[in-house]
Amino acid sequence: MTTSLAKTPLDAWHRQAGAKMVPFAGYEMPIQYSSIVDEHNACRTSAGLFDVSHMGRLRFDGDGSEHLLDHLLTRRISDLGVGKVRYGLICNADGGVLDDVLVSHLKTPSERYYHLMVVNASNREKIYKWIEPHLADFPTVTMTDRTDVTAMIAVQGPKAIEICNRLFNVDISKLKYYTARVTEQMGKPVIVSRTGYTGEDGFELIVRAEEANRVWENIMMAGRDVGFKAVGLGARDTLRMEAAMPLYGHELDEQSDPISAGLKFACNFKDRSFIGDEALRQIVATGPKRIRIGLVPDGKRPAREGCEVLSSDGVKIGVITSGGPSPTLGHPIAMAYVDAQHAADQSFQIDIRGKTASAKQVKLPFYKRPQT
Amino acid sequence: MSRDQTKLLYAETHEWVDVAEEGGDKIATIGISAFAIEQLNDLVYMDLPEIGKELAVGDEFGEVESVKAVSPLYSPVSGEVVEVHSELPDDLEKINADPYDFGWIMKVKLNDGESLDRLMDHAVYEKQCAEAG
Repeated sequence: MTTSLAKTPLDAWHRQAGAKMVPFAGYEMPIQYSSIVDEHNACRTSAGLFDVSHMGRLRFDGDGSEHLLDHLLTRRISDLGVGKVRYGLICNADGGVLDDVLVSHLKTPSERYYHLMVVNASNREKIYKWIEPHLADFPTVTMTDRTDVTAMIAVQGPKAIEICNRLFNVDISKLKYYTARVTEQMGKPVIVSRTGYTGEDGFELIVRAEEANRVWENIMMAGRDVGFKAVGLGARDTLRMEAAMPLYGHELDEQSDPISAGLKFACNFKDRSFIGDEALRQIVATGPKRIRIGLVPDGKRPAREGCEVLSSDGVKIGVITSGGPSPTLGHPIAMAYVDAQHAADQSFQIDIRGKTASAKQVKLPFYKRPQT
Repeated sequence: MSRDQTKLLYAETHEWVDVAEEGGDKIATIGISAFAIEQLNDLVYMDLPEIGKELAVGDEFGEVESVKAVSPLYSPVSGEVVEVHSELPDDLEKINADPYDFGWIMKVKLNDGESLDRLMDHAVYEKQCAEAG
């Protein structure tokens, strides 16, 4: 069976730049342009440009959209001020994670208010279908999938703020972490959000699809002197791994819950109910059965997703969810779920395709950006 | 002395083979081609075989890992592993600049009567690489 893959508005640019394109969540996406390590390092030392147009963008208009989202999310949305962004999870009734999402409360120049939800590319259809039946309870709310008519570009790294700021008439460097606004760049609307998925400071921009190439080129040009690089999905993965950010399909899925994943901070139980809240309250009360931890295997050999984690006496107690070399730290890193009674252990073994390696637990995240 | 890549033999799976007579035995020195190294990109780990291991053609003798993926290494010859390049995994980045000298991985004492006819010469191998893009 052949399914045709979607292309992002920046597809031609990627190919022109010599990117290696791979299928990802129904899209053809650049996995790397030259070297994953070089792209990774550019993001940590200067800035990286990421085409993240494959991420799903769902817009909620109308009175009561905050109450709909309140009902769906582990985090309260009804008190999310205009211009604020919040990370939360959408769970099923059993507390299993359907997706992890960012919700922004935005105001258009014509003073219309709406909520924007950014979902994982691989979950876009599932989440749309999950929300659809709930709309009946909120007749004034409409949901629009804006993914195809827009593009999303992330600019991440220590130089991202300063350089991007030059492209805007308003001072976007004043935007605080986890805030967003609708503004203009060269007279065209753009949503600027101080968020990201790399562990670095930076912005995520949403523009009309037809503006994507112009905005991308503008940023690339502005950052040329300080070493801005286009960064593919390969380095996006190593960057988020170092920052210990969960990735759906790896640390999160319908068989995992936010508490086990270490995302209790993104669950808000006080004086509210949401889909899955009873199951999650139960997990909080009894404690999760397994817990996400960080591991550093000894030596150079990376332990990857699917490798079994053993206790120091050799009993299988968990599994690696993401793992690989850390370009910033120069040694392998891995995230794993382990049985809760072993979550405080310091030493583990990892079965890497038949060979056992020792590993030590480290506190997550593996990498934290230097505070300025 | 540096190895001339145009004089080497190549397997479809991108290993190179350099055969020399040593004390009456045929010893094959084996590595991976510059093309393979470039395709793999950002190598981070290599797992070497054990000395004394008997290999048949096509046997997996080790692994090479890039940032993104693990790739098995397949033996292009049959015989016994007599030497491995034990410094290579610790200095793996050097393989990019020097795949045919510093980049040797192992030496295999070829089985008697081992034919190398199935391997490609450099010109044929280059053509295969060009077609693979």
